[in-house]
Amino acid sequence: MKSDAMKSECARPAAPAAAPRAFIRVYVWEAPVRLFHWANVACLLTLGATGYLIGSPPAFLTSGDASSGYWFGTVRFVHFLAAYLFVAVMMLRLYWAFAGNKYARWRNFLPLTRQQARDAVQVAKVELLQVSNESLEPMGHNVVAYFTYAGTFLLALFSIVSGFALYAATSQSWFPHLFIRIIPWFGSEYTLRAWHHAALWLFALFVLIHVYLCIYEDYVDGRGAISSMIGGWKFVPRDVAASPQAQGLSGGGRRRRSRAATGGQQPPTAP
Amino acid sequence: MPALLESPVVPTIYEQMQSRGVNRRDFLKFCAWMSAYLGLQESGIAQIARAIETRRRLPVVWMHFQECTCCSESFLRSSHPIVADILLDKLSLDYTETLQAAAGQQAEEVLQDTIKRYRGEYVMLVEGSIPIGADGAYCVVGGKSAIDSVREVAAGAKAIIAWGNCACAGCVQSANPNPTQAMPVKAIIKDKPIIHVQGCPPIAEVMAGVLVHLLTFDRLPQLDALGRPKVFYSARVHDTCYRRPNFDAGLFVETFDDANAKKGYCLYKMGCRGPTTYNACGSLKWNNGTSFPIQSGHPCLGCSEAGFWDNGPFYRRLTNVPGFGIESTADRLGVTALGATAVALAAHAAVTRVRKRDTIGEQPGENAEAAEASRPTPPDGPANPEI
Repeated sequence: MKSDAMKSECARPAAPAAAPRAFIRVYVWEAPVRLFHWANVACLLTLGATGYLIGSPPAFLTSGDASSGYWFGTVRFVHFLAAYLFVAVMMLRLYWAFAGNKYARWRNFLPLTRQQARDAVQVAKVELLQVSNESLEPMGHNVVAYFTYAGTFLLALFSIVSGFALYAATSQSWFPHLFIRIIPWFGSEYTLRAWHHAALWLFALFVLIHVYLCIYEDYVDGRGAISSMIGGWKFVPRDVAASPQAQGLSGGGRRRRSRAATGGQQPPTAP
Repeated sequence: MPALLESPVVPTIYEQMQSRGVNRRDFLKFCAWMSAYLGLQESGIAQIARAIETRRRLPVVWMHFQECTCCSESFLRSSHPIVADILLDKLSLDYTETLQAAAGQQAEEVLQDTIKRYRGEYVMLVEGSIPIGADGAYCVVGGKSAIDSVREVAAGAKAIIAWGNCACAGCVQSANPNPTQAMPVKAIIKDKPIIHVQGCPPIAEVMAGVLVHLLTFDRLPQLDALGRPKVFYSARVHDTCYRRPNFDAGLFVETFDDANAKKGYCLYKMGCRGPTTYNACGSLKWNNGTSFPIQSGHPCLGCSEAGFWDNGPFYRRLTNVPGFGIESTADRLGVTALGATAVALAAHAAVTRVRKRDTIGEQPGENAEAAEASRPTPPDGPANPEI
């Protein structure tokens, strides 16, 4: 049957194949997703840098009159401005989670199905433990990446809520005052500030791992992961794109292919 | 309360003040001071004057539990001398361990008498935290544990004023590991309005102002999310600090003995908690408006915020993170975590190079030159006209 045909096409022989695997270009990341990503990069870098400066101001000026400078005030202003942009960027992404294509959909980010759990285990085996070479080849992100981004969204939410709660004292605007109710949960503003500060380091950790894994994926999988952030196109093996399983939740990710020269058996696919 | 206030037998507060030799001029000066502290408009002076002229004494029970009495001490040092006079002598404290002449049996009788006679009318002032560990054995007054006393007295109180950080948030007694399980009043009493007059101690004028507000308007002052009177606690010390321009200009004291400290730069980097502390120190100041910690060159400790003892060390911006040893700030942990992660990623990259060598680089059939060579020659021209 059709699936059998797929299987035989897909399970590559141990001997070096004569013909290279055919890839097609697929448009995965729509413009709003890419805009979100790079605006997010700009916001996070700005917020991280200014936030760190606010936490530990260097001695740029060591003497002078207060009337002669305002650099620290400017740093804080930039931080607050970037925070508003950050909220806007997050709102855009949240909207696109409902309006975008299926790779951008909200469902991907939530652990909803048993298949996602199985895929997560497989991702860990292939990419982290490297005990298997049966790579999932999702069109979008792999499940672990989606879940990590969901966690990062929560971190962003915490940073926004805590940051604006701290900012409310110096603002007449209604928006920051939406969040001041969380201060008593933390006991005092000082404690909340410490948590807000800790979030910076979690973001830094995320960025480090995220950038590494992008390079890793681009290098090891060779499907244009990095360039897809700019143009939106990824490269997908023709057989994966054509497989019926590619119509799944996060697209494509149901099919495994053995990329090792030793070959591998076809694991069960999702019903 | 009205029945008590309008009772002809008890003289008004003003009458009592007159009998003590306070003249009209001093009385009005006091009213003007108080309306200024409360942030009232000019007509507020008349309102306060009228209230003090017409109202009878407000029955007050001042309970002391786990505390150092610094709230009482602060109160006694209120800047206008007659504040303490009227509030202590005339407003009438029916019961307060520190100042009452009565002792022992007599004192307990007064307390019982007051809470029975003025049930639902008296105001309960609490100074100190309430330990609930060991069935309250850590704080027993007159044979009764603090937790029993506070429940008994609060039951008939019209309102509660929690004086100072102990009664508001547990202060040093509740600092980690809190051996006596010291609790603030709000943890014990849930069904009464509580005014939290924060600080360690609160500013004397703030204490007096809250009492005068109760007396004048016969209702609670406007409170913030943490139950503190907004009039005194809506601004951060940072916002009213006279050193604030140095903060915005990025001029900081780097060490306590540097030239910047002499110049009076911002104490932010010395751990000043002003940016997260809500209090009136910057505007009212202390000791007859003489000074406040930052003016004396010392960073704010944040004594009007919950848990400030556990947010140490006081002279650094970032608190230690519990469970990670001494000197473990979020920054230090963050840098360590980043470094460890970088090492782990480098190891992962190295393992990847070995384990995934079959998929990295040129794969069978992917040779670029071979692909070029095998390109079919177009019928009309050379294979690669552009080269």
